[in-house]
Parts: sequence; C-alpha cells; structure tokens
Amino acid sequence: MVNRYFILTLLLFSTLASYAGGYRVSLQGGRALAMGHAGVGVIDNAEGAFFNPAGLVHLEGRLEIAAGISFVSSEIKFQNSITGQYESTNNPVSTPFYVYSNYHINDQFSVGLSVFTPYGSVVEYDTDWAGSHLVNRIDLSAVYIQPHVAYKINEKLSVAAGPTFIIGAVDFNRNLNRTLTDLDGNRSNVTVKASGVTKVGWHASAMYRPMERLNIGATYRSEVIMNPSDGDATFNNVPNSPMTPFEDSKFSAELPLPAELLIGAAYEFDKWTIAVDYNRAFWNVYKSLDIQFENPNVPDSHNPRNYKDASTYRFGAQYQLNDMVALRAGYYFDETPVRKGYFAPETPRTDSHNFTIGAGINIGDHFRVDAALLYIYFDEIDASYDHYMEDGVAVPFGGAYKTSGFAPSIGITYKM
Amino acid sequence: MKLLYKAFIASAALALVACDTNFDDRVTDEGFYTSGSADLSTFVAVGNSLTAGYADNALYKSGQENSFPNILASRFEFAGGGEFKQPLMKDNYGGLLLQGVQITDNRMVLSFDEEGNPAPTVLDATPTTEITEHLSGPFNNLGVPGAKSFHLLANGYGSLSGLSTGQANPYFVRFTSSESASVIEDAMEVDATFFSLWIGNNDILGYATSGGVGEDQTGNIDPTTYGGNDITDPSLFAGVYSQLVEGLTLNGAKGILANIPDVTTIPYFNTVPVHAIPMDAATAEQVNGMFDQYNQALQALVVLNAIDQEEAEARFINFNEGQNAPIIVDTDLTDISGILIQSGMVDEETANLLAQLRQANTDDLLLLPSMNVIGTLADASNPMSIMGVAVPLPDELVLTKKEQERVHTAMESYNATIQALASQHDLAFLDANMLLKQVAQDGVPYDAGVLTSEYVTGGAFSLDGVHPTARGYAFLANEMIRAINDTYGASLPVVNVGEYPTVTAHNN
Repeated sequence: MVNRYFILTLLLFSTLASYAGGYRVSLQGGRALAMGHAGVGVIDNAEGAFFNPAGLVHLEGRLEIAAGISFVSSEIKFQNSITGQYESTNNPVSTPFYVYSNYHINDQFSVGLSVFTPYGSVVEYDTDWAGSHLVNRIDLSAVYIQPHVAYKINEKLSVAAGPTFIIGAVDFNRNLNRTLTDLDGNRSNVTVKASGVTKVGWHASAMYRPMERLNIGATYRSEVIMNPSDGDATFNNVPNSPMTPFEDSKFSAELPLPAELLIGAAYEFDKWTIAVDYNRAFWNVYKSLDIQFENPNVPDSHNPRNYKDASTYRFGAQYQLNDMVALRAGYYFDETPVRKGYFAPETPRTDSHNFTIGAGINIGDHFRVDAALLYIYFDEIDASYDHYMEDGVAVPFGGAYKTSGFAPSIGITYKM
Repeated sequence: MKLLYKAFIASAALALVACDTNFDDRVTDEGFYTSGSADLSTFVAVGNSLTAGYADNALYKSGQENSFPNILASRFEFAGGGEFKQPLMKDNYGGLLLQGVQITDNRMVLSFDEEGNPAPTVLDATPTTEITEHLSGPFNNLGVPGAKSFHLLANGYGSLSGLSTGQANPYFVRFTSSESASVIEDAMEVDATFFSLWIGNNDILGYATSGGVGEDQTGNIDPTTYGGNDITDPSLFAGVYSQLVEGLTLNGAKGILANIPDVTTIPYFNTVPVHAIPMDAATAEQVNGMFDQYNQALQALVVLNAIDQEEAEARFINFNEGQNAPIIVDTDLTDISGILIQSGMVDEETANLLAQLRQANTDDLLLLPSMNVIGTLADASNPMSIMGVAVPLPDELVLTKKEQERVHTAMESYNATIQALASQHDLAFLDANMLLKQVAQDGVPYDAGVLTSEYVTGGAFSLDGVHPTARGYAFLANEMIRAINDTYGASLPVVNVGEYPTVTAHNN
C-alpha cells in the first residue's frame, strides 16, 4: 500500500516538473523550509535524504517517507527611466517537489531512494520586450534521482553516499538580435529545446553527534555539467537572405549544475530545536552559456556568465508546542553568484533576504503534515548585462530590477 | 509561548504586505514624466513622407509604425498622451493600387548575389493597398508622401477624381475626410493640443532629385503654374507656412516645427563618386582624340563670342590615366548645337550631343541612379556608346553647382521663415538641417556604433537614399523630444536608437 502510494506520487510529480525564480531553488523539505531551509544537523524525518543522508541512520521508523510540493510565485520587474521601458514577467506558478525515503536494513545500514528538484527556472517576459535579444522566456528543469546508503560507524559518527541521476530539460527562446526582422517586421528569434538530458553525479555526507543534543553534519553533492547534444534549435521570422542563413538545426550546449557543500549544526533544548546551516554553491564553474549549432552556417552563440561561488547562511528554530503541533520560523541570507556587469535577465538574482514560517502537525502515530511559507525579498537594484555583442561592440542592457518570490509549501511524512 | 504566537502572526502579516513588489518610483506612474507647459493629450502630425514614415521608396506598415510621430506619441503616452491613429497601409510591400492597377513602386529591399554583393532591389510582391478603399478617420498622422507646402492648403488634394488631373495625391485619397477637404482642414478637425509640422522638403527635393530638370520658380507665386520638379517661390512658401502655423495654433495648441535639411547631404547625392570611371593611359588618349575637335572648336566659339573664355575652360574635356569624371549634359551651358550645325563642322546628331556638354567636376553631384548608368552602353549594338565617356549623362542624373545653389538659396529662405515662426509662436524647433549635417559629416554615436549617411551601411538612411530608416527616424524623434523638453519644461523619455532597425535584407 505504501509502496504503491510512493510510486503514484512519483509519477504524478514527474509530470509537474517545472521550477521557479532563479536557477537554484531551495525548497527541498517542508520541515526544513519553515526553519530557513536549515537541516544538515537536524534528525527528524526522511527530508534528511536531501540535507544529510548520513543522519538517516538515526531515524526512529523502520521505513520513513516524506513527500511535498511548493507553489512558487515569482515576479521580476524591470524598468529603465531613460527610455521609459517597463516590464514585468508573466512567470507561471512553478511546482518544485520532493519524495524522500529511508529504510533501515539493520541497526547499521539504511538505504533509500529520493527524487527532488534543486535546480530550475521559469522566467517569461513579454515577447519582444526591451531585453528580448537576451531572453524572451526560459524553462530550465532538473530532476535529481538519488539513492543512498547510510552507515552508522558508531553512536557518534555516521556516513552516507550514493550516486545522483539527473534528468534535465531546457526550453529557451530569445530574439536573434535587437533589430533583425522578416519582411513584415516580425522579430527573428530562436528556440532551443532539449529534454531527457541525463547525467550522473554523486553525493556524500557525514553526521557527528558529539553529545546527545548536538548534531553536526556535512553534505557534498558533486557538480554535474548537463550537455544536451541532440536538442532542436528552431529559427522563426528569419528574412529570406543569404546574409541570415539561420536554418533549423540540432544544437549542443553545456549548462553546469554546480557542486554544493552544506555544513550545519542543530541543538535541542527543552522544547526548542535550533538549526544553523552554511551552504556554499560552487557557481564559479558557470563561465559561459554557449550554444553550438550543428549547421555550420549558423554562428554559435556565446554568452559569458562568469558566476562566482556563493554562500547562504541559514537560521531556523522550532518550538514543540505540544504532542501534536510544532511551530517553526527561520531566516536565510542568500548571496548572488552574479557579478557586476553580468546581470542577465534570464536569471536576475541579487542578494536576497528570505523569511520562513511554518508548522508541523502530527496526525496519528504514522503521519505528519508540514506546512511552510517562504517569502523572498530582493532589494531594488540598478544592474546591467554588459557582454552582449553587436557588430563587435559590447551593448549593455540594464536598468532597475525588482524581484520577489513567494512560496507556500506542503509536505507529508509517513513513519512506520 | 504568547511571544511565539505573536511572532507567527506578525511574520505572516509581513509576508502578505511585503508581497507588493513595485518599484519605489515606477516609470509608468503618473507624474514620473511630465509634459511641462504642453498639453499632449491629442497630437496631430502634419507633413509629407517624412511625417508618414516613408522609407525604402515606399510607405509600408512597419515603416509607419516606426514613423517619428508614432515614436513621439509613444513618448507622449508617459505624460498624458492619448491614442495616435495612423492611416496604415495594408501590407509591408508598399505599392499603391488604383482600381487594381499598381501606381507606385513596392518598397526596396537589400538583396545579395551569390558572391555576397549587396544590391538594393525593388521587392517582388503583389501589393494589396487599394486607394479607393477609403479609410475613415480622423487620423492623427496626416503625413502625405509627396506633398509640398502649398499642397497642404489645397482643397480636393484627396479627391479621387483629381488624381487624373494631377491635382490630388493618391496617399491622401485613401484617408481624406471628403473629396473637397485639404490636409490642413483635416488636421484642424482633430482639434489637437499638440502638433508637429515638417513641410517644405519637397518644395526643393523634386528639383534636386530630378537633377534640376525643373524650374526655379522664385518670383512666381502662382503654384498652379508649377511643375512637379520646380522649386517653390520662397515668399509663397513663407505665406503658406505662416497660414499652416496659424491654423494649427488657432485653438492655442503647442507644437514643434522642423526645418528643411540640406538635400545635398543625403546619400542620394553623395554615393556615386564624381571620378567614377577608371581608365588606362592608352584608352584615355584614344578618348581624348575623340574630343580633340570639340576642344578646338571651343576656342573658336570664344572668338565668335558665342561663349566666354570661362565657359570654354569649363567645357574642355580631358581624360587621364586613373579615375575620370564622366561627361554630362549641363543645361546651364550655352546651347552650341545651332552654331555647330551652321558651321558645318559636325552633323546634327553629333551637334546635339555636344550642345551642352562638359566633363563633370568635383562641384557636381552625381545622383544615386547614375550608379546603374555610368559605363553602360547607351546603344547596346554600339560598343563605343559608353555612358559618361562617349555619351553624356543626361541632365537628370547630375546636380550641378548652379543647381545646388538654387536649391540651397531656397532652403535658406524657407528655414529662415520656419525658425522665425517658431520663435514668434513660442513653438519647439527641430534644426533638422544641422542634425543631418552632423550625421553626414561625423556621424552620430549610439549604443552600438555610429549613425552615418553612408548608403546602405550607415544606418541613418533607407535604400532610397533620401528617407531615413526607422533608426534614422528614431534619432530625429529623440531630438524632437529634447526640443520639446527644453521648450516646454517637459521631462519626456527618449527611445533607444539602437533598438530600431535599418535596412531589410530580402532576396526576391
């Protein structure tokens, strides 16, 4: 019965694979999200399969399953006061999800299989908007399928590791440049589309319990470079001229999903749990978004990104109100990996302040529902992307950006 | 415990309130941009092809969408501007139909041959804009391609029946409010609070682009006696222009006037170099031999007082090794055919060929169409009949210095009138003449390069070599915005010139 439910959930969610606002989305657990998405040191439920699989050896239930979904509304507003250009995105609500499981084989070993979506982005501007030569719309998604084996070395130390299978998809449209049109004045544009792009990475983690109430943990997920090699590039509204030889073509590209190091600690006292995490995302690997077209007549597309590694600082607290209800709140500060002058509108991320609240409610002995609410606050900033080239001249695109995100999340935990 | 409840509720409330993610000052907010002392709620644009958005030798939809008045209207919208209705063509081909018969050419596009050489070409397509399919206004863009200053006052300028007698204009036929209306009447009918007036270009342009085959009508103030390629009398222009401004400001409207650019700065007159003909020494000698007799005759004519010494020198023909200027017909020269025939030196045909002949010099401007004439054979069966070498370029392909002076004199006078009326009525003023000189001389920088008057590649002028591209119009619109901001204390935003297209590549 439980297994059937698990598989059904997986099937259901895999059809909803689309994600939000930026390209890394921290929505990998209903319990953790309510606590500022901190959880590397927390031993609580199967969400640990994301935060720290090594800690799962300490779970109470022989089988534990956690599943959840978030509903992300995000909006990007852009304006340029010199030209009066104003734009706000029409991003659809996106739905990152997760399904985690853990099973104790014996006192020493636990295994599990999880599915989650840590990377993704859906950004939709009005077609032909002021920055349409950079992006009209983008839909990036990556589904991580991750088995783990966790081993308890002793009561204080446990470790875990496993492979990570990633299935990615991209659907990206932009105009070919700022002015090219067909005879009727329709802007020339290209759509690149690839799905079912697969790649394998790995993960490893450790949990150390120096004393009963204190857990310290670390998790590392390897970098994976997704390289769609058989995607379709479709050119639209291209003038009939030998000077614009844009014919539909296969394309290949490289898009890194950077490595991530999570370090955290959790401390329990009285009815309180306090969690503090530090995350480092190794974005430095994302140098450039390059698209090579198979058709040699179509010039390749080179888009410098030059990201830098970025840190996130997470703080969360839980108060166990009674046997049934736990109240949670948290905050995290998320550094942008985007450098000055590289602010591309397809992932317009600035430093953000993130506020979370939520609650967990036990239903019977086996089930718990976790609800959380995330509000992402970005400062209004003036920024530009200075590396778009037109006839050998760099033409900056910029203005003021104001971004916001809001995500309610609901999760359910089953414990046997 | 209570504290936690409170914190929970407070943060929930914060999340909901903070979800409003507007900019502190939003560009679309009322008051972000202001119109100063001008009221921009109803805007009417009056003029000729430049106002209509004409480019690439035709009027077509996407060109109209990028017309300078439409760009202005998009700026006015930020400060109270209302709807701006244009008499849009039905397609992007450009040609006009009169009862199914095409009466104007399709637009030009930039074709490339197999070697990648560019060639401006007339678009091969069947146009769909039938001028008898009347559009109902009122329209805010009353730019009528081909209109001269006095045409705007002419009743019946949009009369279908007037077309055959040349008293009406097919573009105005499409959208005039009635058979008897004039452009200015239709403009006043809009009861605009703001207007643009840019007229007078065609009062000299027709003369210039026809290589001066028309008449300089200075001194004749009766436009009914004018031909299409004539220069309008400056005092007639002054009277007409003053009436137009009076009419448009009658209700207290503010506006902007634009003056007339020097036509000789546009690519139509500056693309074909005068020294267009390459020649080796042997050929030059051979050609000079053909003109020996003519050169000698010139001295005889001086002796006979038929021409003076200065003219004789101007008419002296000499080809050299290297690049040479073509021979041309200059109608300001003395017609010597009669005397040549009388003298019995040459036959009548040759006499006519030599009648007003000279070699072009650096003061002459060779017109754009001469590009496709110089070096071709006047008579396909006669390999000696090379245009510019053995057969002179006709008058209509060359604007001589004298002709340029006539154009220039009229222009200066028109511009004095325009500027005087602008200051008299406290109107904003666009010095289009100065601006296009800037484009022609040093170019004007924009975010991805420099806008110049170079034909095809400069970005400012469309393939007809006379009318701006969308980018050129955007540049002018920005300068108008600046003039309006200055004059009326407004703070309207400009557009980004680099986002407007130039010439369209298309192979038929």
